[in-house]
Amino acid sequence: MDLSDRSSSLTTAPIGEESPLEVHDLTVAYRKKPVLWGVDLRAPAGKLIGILGPNGAGKSTLIKACMGLLPASAGWVKVFGKPINQSLLRVGYVPQRESVDWDFPVNVMDVVLMGRYGKLGLFRRPTAADRSCARDCLERVKMLPFADRQISNLSGGQQQRVFLARALAQESDLYFMDEPFAGVDAATETAIIELLHELRHQGKTLFVVHHDLPTARNYFDWLLLLNMRVVAFGPTEHVFTYDLLQKTYGGRLTILSEVAEAVRVKEA
Amino acid sequence: MIPLTSSSARQFLGIGGLFVGLNSLTTTLCAARIGDITETVWQAQALRFLTLADPSVRFAVLGTVLLGIVCGLLGGFLVVRRMSLVGDALSHAVLPGVALGFLWNMEKDPVAIFIGATVAGLLGTGLVHLITRTTRLKEDAALGMILAGFFGAGLCLMSMFQRLPTGNKTGIDKFLFGQASAIGAEDIRLMTVVTVLVLGLICVGYKEFLLVSFDPGFSKVCALPTRWLQHGLMLLLTFSVVIALQAVGAVLVSAMLITPAATAYLLTDRMHRMLIYGTLIGMLSGVTGAFLSFLGTHLPTGPFMVLSASGFFVVAFFFAPNRGVIPRWWMARSQRIRIVRENTLKAVYQILENEEFRRESVSLRELAERRRLTFDEVFREVRSLISVNFATAVDDSVALTPSGWQRAASIVRNHRLWELYLTHAVQMAPDHVHDDAEKIEHVLGEDAVRQLERRLEFADRDPHGRPIPAVQAIHGHPNGSREKRVTGYGKSS
Repeated sequence: MDLSDRSSSLTTAPIGEESPLEVHDLTVAYRKKPVLWGVDLRAPAGKLIGILGPNGAGKSTLIKACMGLLPASAGWVKVFGKPINQSLLRVGYVPQRESVDWDFPVNVMDVVLMGRYGKLGLFRRPTAADRSCARDCLERVKMLPFADRQISNLSGGQQQRVFLARALAQESDLYFMDEPFAGVDAATETAIIELLHELRHQGKTLFVVHHDLPTARNYFDWLLLLNMRVVAFGPTEHVFTYDLLQKTYGGRLTILSEVAEAVRVKEA
Repeated sequence: MIPLTSSSARQFLGIGGLFVGLNSLTTTLCAARIGDITETVWQAQALRFLTLADPSVRFAVLGTVLLGIVCGLLGGFLVVRRMSLVGDALSHAVLPGVALGFLWNMEKDPVAIFIGATVAGLLGTGLVHLITRTTRLKEDAALGMILAGFFGAGLCLMSMFQRLPTGNKTGIDKFLFGQASAIGAEDIRLMTVVTVLVLGLICVGYKEFLLVSFDPGFSKVCALPTRWLQHGLMLLLTFSVVIALQAVGAVLVSAMLITPAATAYLLTDRMHRMLIYGTLIGMLSGVTGAFLSFLGTHLPTGPFMVLSASGFFVVAFFFAPNRGVIPRWWMARSQRIRIVRENTLKAVYQILENEEFRRESVSLRELAERRRLTFDEVFREVRSLISVNFATAVDDSVALTPSGWQRAASIVRNHRLWELYLTHAVQMAPDHVHDDAEKIEHVLGEDAVRQLERRLEFADRDPHGRPIPAVQAIHGHPNGSREKRVTGYGKSS
């Protein structure tokens, strides 16, 4: 089933219910060169959604544009039925690990507390309740013993879990995560995916930029195949097909053989 | 000293500006001490300074303290945001504004200068922003251009004004290299306003400025007015540069912004502490600089402030706890000494073990053979053991004290546990594990040892079949009771 057809993708969320994320004809350009073309999405609630696509497909660009971090040159984004700047407090974000300076003079607890800043509002100090919430979030990613560590004294996987804890502290309903599995060891990856499933069970919607094709099929309920435009968007079992993946990744040989292998395993 | 007579050169506006700039360097260096005191006895001068008897001293001290506070505080944000060069560019970019502020009513009106300098500073940073956004040039190139371009324009304007009839008496050239003695009551009032503003805003918006500096993208998602906060920080920075200009001068302002904050960065891992330390170091640098320049004649204040700040940095570089050069060297040295001691203890243990602990002491010669060292070297090692009460020596036979015995047994235990772990869990061949264990044995902590024990199911023999000293043996007394317990393991194979 080819879900890149706009009329079909618009009907994927039940009518009458506010979709966590609705994107219409979104176009984003860097210096007048478009990197995303006419993206249409209507995300169902309570799903763990993987965003897949080759390098430069605009995966990060899409989630940044959805949160208003990048200006759109055309189209609109609605989060829970409202423009993004009116529903930011229902959005949680895990940026790419490289996007910050890990030598910054803050410790793990400071970073997780930042997740509370949005709900706190301007110029209000974190309270004891915020601190205990931050501690709970650290506990959920098993990083509580590291609360007083300076953030540069952490491994890559630990840094990623700190970012996840910060996003948990946001207590949002819609999450955007930019490659949370990048540079993470296998044990951490399992722990993270369990946490994501737990969040999904709580009815939260999660968009996760992902790189690894073979694991994508097991991890995600829905997939968004992206290559400057939406190639397909739908339940994993419908979207994770040889044809659609080939359409997404084009003629890249190594990826294609990976795809063939992944599909073969699936059909075996 | 400096050729100023070439009229053809002075007709050239730009070159003329440069010459006047250089000329003012010499005059500033000669004139820039606090007050017009002629005494040269430094004790008397120090007393005058410390009692704050002179109004000019009071103004100078207050002014340098205020700008130390503001610069230390805002410099902290510059350093962690890797924007140190922005401070430098800003301090140069304000110069044309200072000159135009003068033009307003041809006298030193702090408010007019403040406004002119702020506008010029904002224009400069705006242009940097514009260049990086619309061309392929990166920020460093844009900063370099704007810095020099605005500075050149400022020098030109200043040289033009100095040739006007009233220009010479205005003291406009003091803004280039600073003169704390020129700080008046009007200036202090302005500095106080700016300091209160900066302190107040940073205290109220600490949380916001922290997040915007650490992760601007996340701050936007948290619905913080990220852009306004960033612009606000730049505006405060411009204010601080402008008020620091008079005491330190455009050329050295960036040092007052960066050095105290960089020093504080070496001292702590937390942002709020870094800001507090930076503020204190900035204040101290200000007072120290003012004091030092007051001691002699013809000593400039600004350079002394910067030198004081650099002095604090050097102290932190060498002595900062945990990260300074000296503490690091000291820790490495103590560790080296500890490892040598532990190796000696281990050698004693092994010699005794080979004879099934029938003896209590070893001779220096045996020890030298075992350690493959000269007699003298072993003698020194034993003396080091005796100095920490790990061993006693009679003639040339060495016996371990209870604490020495305990440490020796635990090192041997660490070594053998690790060897066993490597052969069992990592499946390394028994003849490959010794060198690794030689290093690990000195760093295994209590927790790691407990974990190893559990994983190895409290095994009592290492891969080479030698007994692993049990916990009782480690805590046991060496005399009598030790023999009974340790020999319980039987002879090693």
